[in-house]
Amino acid sequence: MSRVNRLDLRKDLELNTYADVLVIGGGPAGTWSAIRAASEGASVILVDKGFCGTSGATAPSGTGVWYVEPREEARQKAMQSRYSLGGFLAEETWMRRVLDRTWENMNAIASWGYPFPLDDQGQPHLRTLQGPEYMRLMRRRVLQAGVTILDHSPATTLLVDQHGVAGASGVNIQKNQNWTIRSSAVVIATGGCAFLSKALGCNVLTGDGLLLAAEAGASMSGMEFSNAYAICPKFASVTKTAFYIWASFYHESGELIEGAGSQRGRSVIARTLLSEPVFARLDKATDEMKVWMRQAQPNFFLPFDRAGIDPFTDRFEVTLRLEGTVRGTGGIRIVNEACATDVPGLYAAGDAATRELICGGFTGGGSHNAAWAMSSGYWSGEAAAKYAKQLGSKRAARIGTPLDQASAQARSEDNLGLSTDDVVNAVQNEVMPYDRNLFRTAERLTDSLGRLDSLWHYIRHEAMPTGTALKRREAQAMTAVSRWMYHTALARKETRGMHRREDFTAPNPNQHHRLITKGLDDIRIETEPVKAPLGGVLL
Amino acid sequence: MIELISKSLCTKCNLCVAVCPTNVFDKVDGSLPIISRQSDCQTCFMCELYCPVDALYVAPEADCSVEVEENQLSSTGVLGSYRSVIGWNPRRPLSDAKDKSYKMFEAMAQSEGIPMSPPTK
Repeated sequence: MSRVNRLDLRKDLELNTYADVLVIGGGPAGTWSAIRAASEGASVILVDKGFCGTSGATAPSGTGVWYVEPREEARQKAMQSRYSLGGFLAEETWMRRVLDRTWENMNAIASWGYPFPLDDQGQPHLRTLQGPEYMRLMRRRVLQAGVTILDHSPATTLLVDQHGVAGASGVNIQKNQNWTIRSSAVVIATGGCAFLSKALGCNVLTGDGLLLAAEAGASMSGMEFSNAYAICPKFASVTKTAFYIWASFYHESGELIEGAGSQRGRSVIARTLLSEPVFARLDKATDEMKVWMRQAQPNFFLPFDRAGIDPFTDRFEVTLRLEGTVRGTGGIRIVNEACATDVPGLYAAGDAATRELICGGFTGGGSHNAAWAMSSGYWSGEAAAKYAKQLGSKRAARIGTPLDQASAQARSEDNLGLSTDDVVNAVQNEVMPYDRNLFRTAERLTDSLGRLDSLWHYIRHEAMPTGTALKRREAQAMTAVSRWMYHTALARKETRGMHRREDFTAPNPNQHHRLITKGLDDIRIETEPVKAPLGGVLL
Repeated sequence: MIELISKSLCTKCNLCVAVCPTNVFDKVDGSLPIISRQSDCQTCFMCELYCPVDALYVAPEADCSVEVEENQLSSTGVLGSYRSVIGWNPRRPLSDAKDKSYKMFEAMAQSEGIPMSPPTK
């Protein structure tokens, strides 16, 4: 084959196209964003690292939704419910607009035919969604809206020019085909980072979008709120902490563990796990509740049924799986009501974005996160489409440069020969242990950061990357996220929300602000005031 | 993790290859798909839900591979059991309409006020 032919062949293999809006990520936030952008008349492409419809934390699970009727009394109660748990960092204006938007979006889902259950009064109950059906419906709606979906197509770099973000490049891992999508706006909806912990549906969530955004100059917010852990049968992947409200926790001897619980007693479980196995049994459920639990979340029972365990009568070993920022609240900083980032043309939605604006430094997963995903998705899609429109008729002529070309030039001569698994294990060894991430001290955070900072330097500048490019990129993203987490956790010298410092055990009124984290190599932390505290009162 | 693609049931539709969020399967021309990257399986059970002929089995063990025996899974009715309970098997109604989560939420609200709180206190 001549050289010319080979080049032509490669050109055929590459997908090179333009869309007004590129949405990266096909979970709840990404699908809402794509549908909304298309309804504004924008041409939209949605790329998903896995499969839009099964990817992410929502699809294999079920989720409560922060759906509250538009009555002031009910709304006040809803806004108050997690306000103190979140360390008073949520903002009233954001909570109100998310409650309004979620009300509208859930009613839309009902009108699209989602089969909501009827309650005792025969009224549709719109406060929960079953993941498989919800996301199957969302994929269908995305396609009906005229959006092109590229599955198994992770984005590996953003494209930029002097005006801001101008698209992204990536690879279709099933076709082994590179793609370049030039676009006027990009929405990052890639989810959070759970560090490959196998928490249900979370292994596609490796912080990729956070790294893409940071490389383009976006900053993070709330990265100290990144230490969520979920209760899980030790052998399984099904993380459903809510069900353990009906559990008692036991030592191996069968003796009850005092103070252990799914809610306020999760730290007791974590402390016990540091030295011995912990067992659980759902012995507080009434016969009626046992039936409801099966009907609420069939997948909770799947591992038990298959392993021959009756969770209501048998004691089974449990662990806490790290959910990192997925059920934490940190992510890409949002600068305005359109869910824009610090970078022109770049928007963030769902778990990839900070959720502090509605839940401060704490969320239990579901509920607020689900409401935030559909609301921020909706707003980012709308804003991205309007931004594209405003760029005018020559917008498709923009040609951005891949950001990773710049970093590739800085290769060092070092090659420690770390495999991708080595890098992933090294990061997990710092972020998974309860006595590092859950119970934090300056000493242990600094100790971990010493290793994470050198790991970052290595993986960013290594001479000869090994393994598949996609997995290497995931390892890079996890390393970046872990450093943002611990540098920010070190800077918050107090206990607030889910962030717990053993050397600063109480909240400090002087630190009632958000922490903004900037930079890839040199990490800088700034503060940002809470502009609209609930009731207008700073606590 | 994914442990079984039933040779007798699989129709080579390759839907599992398409829907797996972590790209565990590979399509093979003229043959059944194969499990190429088992260690990437996140044990989310989505492939089982999407398989139209109940040819797949995901063992609940998330961190290690286990031996499975197709005849035994088949005779005990485990194959397709999750799709059936979720109601994606056309012979069964959707489970969503029977969702009793609100009963759990009511009970939670009565017990401690909110579903979950941070690991403090």
